[in-house]
Amino acid sequence: METYYHPADLDKFSEIGKDAPELAAKFFDYYGAVFAEGELTEREKALIALAVAHAVQCPYCIDAYTRACLEKGSNLGEMTEAVHVVTAIRGGASLVHGVQMRKIAEKLSM
Amino acid sequence: MTEQARQPLAAPLVEPFADRLARHGLTLARARTTALQVNVGLRCDLYCAHCHLEAGPAREEIMTRAVMDAVIDGARRLPFAGIDVTGGAPELVPDLEHLLRGLAPLTPRLVVRTNLVALSGERGRELCELYRELKVALVGSLPATNASQTEAQRGGGVWEQSLAALKGLNALGYGVEGGALELDLVSNPAGAFLPAPQEQAEKKFRSDLERRYGVSFNRLYTFANVPLGRFRAFLERSGNWPGYLQKLAAGFNPCTVEGLMCRSQLCVDWCGRLHDCDFNLAAGALHGGEVRELSALVELPAPGTPIPVGDHCYACTVGSGFT
Repeated sequence: METYYHPADLDKFSEIGKDAPELAAKFFDYYGAVFAEGELTEREKALIALAVAHAVQCPYCIDAYTRACLEKGSNLGEMTEAVHVVTAIRGGASLVHGVQMRKIAEKLSM
Repeated sequence: MTEQARQPLAAPLVEPFADRLARHGLTLARARTTALQVNVGLRCDLYCAHCHLEAGPAREEIMTRAVMDAVIDGARRLPFAGIDVTGGAPELVPDLEHLLRGLAPLTPRLVVRTNLVALSGERGRELCELYRELKVALVGSLPATNASQTEAQRGGGVWEQSLAALKGLNALGYGVEGGALELDLVSNPAGAFLPAPQEQAEKKFRSDLERRYGVSFNRLYTFANVPLGRFRAFLERSGNWPGYLQKLAAGFNPCTVEGLMCRSQLCVDWCGRLHDCDFNLAAGALHGGEVRELSALVELPAPGTPIPVGDHCYACTVGSGFT
C-alpha cells in the first residue's frame, strides 16, 4: 500500500545532503555533538529524544530512538515514563491556556 | 550458462564474514592459547529465548565422568591460565563437583558461568559453598535490572530467583567490595538490538541493583546476542532476521579481530571434542575443521592455525567486540 512514511526511508536521511551538502554537514555535525556524552549521558539524551519524538509525532524519530534507548540500556518502564512526561507537558500546555480562556471570558462576561 | 543460471538463488543479506575479513586484509587465526572453556552439556532449567545452544530441560547432552577425567588430564598436561566452565546450566550436571575439584588446583583462575536460578534449592546452596571453598569466580547471567526484560528473555519467575541468588552470593562474600570472591554479571539484550556500551551499562546496573535491591557485583560484561540457535529462530519468527544481521555487519569493527576470544581460547564440549569457541560449537564448526579431542592433544594449537568463520562471527566484531 502506498504511504507517505516507509521504515526504509529512515536510512535515506543522509540523502538530504545531496543538493545542499554544506547545510546538511553543519546539521549532522551539530546533531552528533548534541547526542555525545556531556553533562547528560547518552542514555539520558536518548530518553529525552524519545519523549520529544512523541511530542512532534515523528515516526522516524520514534523508531530510531526506541532502538537507541534500548541499545543505551534503558528499559521499557523508563521509556514509558518518558512518554508520560511529554504527555503531561503537552496536555498541561493545553490546560494551562485555559487560564487565558477564563481571563478573556471573565472580561467579556457580566 | 544462461544469465539466469549465473544468478544466485537468493542474494546474501550481508557480505560473507570471510569476504569481509579479506576485504580488510585480515584473517582469523589462533594466537597463543591461554584459556580453556569447558561446555559440560546442554541441560538447563531455563529455556532462554536468546540461547545460541538451544539448551533446556529436555536436552540430554551432559558431560560424563569419563570425559571430565579427560578434561582434567588435559588441564594437567597443558598450561591454561584460565578455565571457564559453562553449559547449559553446569549446576545440573551430576558430577560437577568432581570436575571442579579436579580442575581447581590446575589453573590460576577457575570460572563457572551460572544462570543464577540453578543456585536455588539445597543442591544450589551446596554448590555455592563448593564454589566458595575452591575460590571459583562466578559469572552470572542477568540481562536487565527489571523483571519484564529479564523474564521476556529467560522465562517467568526468573527475576525473583535471580535476585535471591545474587543476595545469597553477596552473603557468602561474592561480589562484595574488597572481597576476594569474584561475581561478575553478563547482560545480553532482551531482543533484536545491540547491547549498551559496557561502561555505561555497568554504571546503571550497579546503581539500580544497589539502590533498589542492595545487590553488589564486581564487573558487568555486555555481549551482543549471536544469531544462532533459538535466537536465530526468534529473529526469523519476529521478522527481525535481515535487520539484525545487517546491523551486525554494518557495525563490523576490524580493530576487534585481534582480541577475539576464539584466538586465545579452546572450547571442549561434553563429548570431549574441540572447537575454537562456544559459538562455533553451536554452529557445528570444529577446531581445525575436523574432529579433534582434548584427550589426544599433546600440545596447544600452533599460533596461525585457521579458525572456521561464519556470518555469526559478526556478533563478536560489532562495535567494541566480544573479547
